[in-house]
Amino acid sequence: MDVMVLAGGLSHERDVSMRSGRRVQEELRDAGVKVSLHDVDSSLIPSLRDREDVVVWPMLHGASGEDGSLQGLLELLGVPYVGTRAREARVAWVKSVAKAIFVRDGIATPEYVTLPQSLFREVGAEHVIDAIVDRMGLPVVVKPARGGSALGVSLVSERDQLSRALVHCFAYGDTALIETAVTGIEVAVSILGTGDAAEALPAVEIQAEGAYDYDARYNPGRVEYFVPARLSPEDAATVAETALAVHRNLGLRDLSRVDIILDEAGVAQVIDVNVTPGLTETSLLPQSVEASGRSLTEVYRSIAQAAFDRR
Amino acid sequence: MSTSDSHGTRLDPWFDSYAARAHRMRASEIRALFSVASRPEVVSLAGGMPYIGGLPLEELGAMAQRLIVEQGEVALQYGSGQGDEGLREQITQVMALEGISAHPDDVVVTTGSQQALDLVSTVFLDPGDVVVAEAPSYVGALGVFRAHEADVVHVPMDADGLIPVALDRTLGELAAAGKRVKFLYTVPNFHNPGGVTLTMERRPQVVEICQRHGVLILEDNPYGLLGFDSEPLPAMRSMSEEGVIYLGSFSKTFAPGYRVGWAVAPHAVREKLVLASEAAILSPSNASQLAIRAYLEHFDWQGQIKKFREQYRERRDAMISALEEHIPEASWNVPDGGFYVWVKLPEGLDAKSMLPRAVTARVAYVAGTAFYADGQGRGYMRLSYCYPTPDRIREGVRRLATVIDAEMETVRIFGTGAEPVGDSVDFPSPDLA
Repeated sequence: MDVMVLAGGLSHERDVSMRSGRRVQEELRDAGVKVSLHDVDSSLIPSLRDREDVVVWPMLHGASGEDGSLQGLLELLGVPYVGTRAREARVAWVKSVAKAIFVRDGIATPEYVTLPQSLFREVGAEHVIDAIVDRMGLPVVVKPARGGSALGVSLVSERDQLSRALVHCFAYGDTALIETAVTGIEVAVSILGTGDAAEALPAVEIQAEGAYDYDARYNPGRVEYFVPARLSPEDAATVAETALAVHRNLGLRDLSRVDIILDEAGVAQVIDVNVTPGLTETSLLPQSVEASGRSLTEVYRSIAQAAFDRR
Repeated sequence: MSTSDSHGTRLDPWFDSYAARAHRMRASEIRALFSVASRPEVVSLAGGMPYIGGLPLEELGAMAQRLIVEQGEVALQYGSGQGDEGLREQITQVMALEGISAHPDDVVVTTGSQQALDLVSTVFLDPGDVVVAEAPSYVGALGVFRAHEADVVHVPMDADGLIPVALDRTLGELAAAGKRVKFLYTVPNFHNPGGVTLTMERRPQVVEICQRHGVLILEDNPYGLLGFDSEPLPAMRSMSEEGVIYLGSFSKTFAPGYRVGWAVAPHAVREKLVLASEAAILSPSNASQLAIRAYLEHFDWQGQIKKFREQYRERRDAMISALEEHIPEASWNVPDGGFYVWVKLPEGLDAKSMLPRAVTARVAYVAGTAFYADGQGRGYMRLSYCYPTPDRIREGVRRLATVIDAEMETVRIFGTGAEPVGDSVDFPSPDLA
């Protein structure tokens, strides 16, 4: 088995991707696995063709890495790879589509609306903003409909902040997802495996000073993590079951992370799902793996092996 | 899952041990976006990287090989804390081109002039001291002053450089407020990022004002020999040996990879700088210093600077004509040398919050806020023309125009700019220097 970790790319999250990729490479090397790190560029396909027994671990964040495009390419080339298949990745990537599936399947998720910038232009921004505030109330969270790492995300608690938050969001993409801000205990549940064999790892509870934004995510210090989360056994079971339902219902494979807020009524509200969860030094999945009593080295090796065995 | 063994972690066991200043050193969203700028698909108008491709690389390679073979026992050994004496002698000859008469003993060789900035700050700045600097000012210097916990107070510039009347008034006001101003930091030639040059008429005025207020001048001059049309103006150091610390560099006129710069300081200051440098790095790289020595001795380095000037002039022209063609609604200065064009965006635009859009469009610049210590500069950006070819520059500006159009459309729709992104000086990564 020759693992090629793909990291970098051209998305806004290139830096996070590189950090994750390097960590995966280190762990696999420690496991004695043959491994290399590769960017997604014109040398990728020739490099894949030159290798035997190759398995790709896509560690790309943002578009083309998480929207299923790269997975589609790997399927075209017949190269086995870690993680969710192209079609399912595409569904999970578009937050509004994923949320529609949650609603269909009875999985709680905050009330939301997705609005392209063009609509604000056509019908007048002030009218749309009035409608958002009237219908959803405040606070709301404004975020790009596609993307991750909290880039372009704002928490809005005053009406007159909403325009600025939307301008910020539209710098990252042409469609905004606006959802009711839910308060409660913020947890992330990482899932390993596929289908019936999937298992939920201990939840990580995130307690941030201020917003859990880019700064908080990638600079240690402003966030205190509790692993496992400080939940009652019943609540812990609820968030684990919810995350597993998301992973299975969306048809995700190998690994994923589901971000949940356990609201004041004890309902697990699904905020986001990640088919390529971050694996940096400050990321959540590695913390869950360690809290489960397993070594990252061994877990990553078995993930790569499972993908390789699918060839 | 049990709750009994739950424990909180901040993922950094040393978080509570850091010095207070380290808590301000944080990876930012903006810095992360620059990660994409290194990809060849992106036209980077961000970095102040000289056009190394313009150097005679084969000959330099042969020179480096000879250096190790013939002088390896010196080149690969520790050296003097003050720097190689032969190189210091040559540096005095380089500085003579800008009217400075110095003795090799006055020169301290540093690891790029960036280290000289750090040494001067170590020697002079206590937390809360004030540094006066042009508005805008070099991002790398602001990062150093911030790391030393100094407060930066900006003084405006116009097309003739730092405005003496404003400097006089600011120093007076600071003194009246009981503030301790340690030095004026200034880039007098082809300013980074402003592109302007302090006129001959103003130079003695600035020297006199600082003298009168008892304020040292830190004259940072990496670009002085890179003027397109005129001979270099005399440095302020040539007007006051006791009142000016002068910083020079081979990074822009030759090659930043060697990391060789220097400081020339009043005698007592120079002694402190050498001690501070020895404490920091023991000695600057002998291999780099000997390479620069050999380059100055065996190559037509002044001829090379002439070639660079022609190449940079062509690139400046490409950038200015592309700006005229594609972004007429913005305004900018036309620099007579150096690497940078300072662009004022149409009203209502914020260069920092527009950056993700630029990265999507595969073009990069440095947002104006990086060059202020106090959050000003949102409506400005610095464009560098030193590194990309003229064709790439034109393509980059064309992409930038689409970004500006799209951002203006968004601002029009919402009647407002974006929520300001972050509130801090972004520490420079090396390619932004």
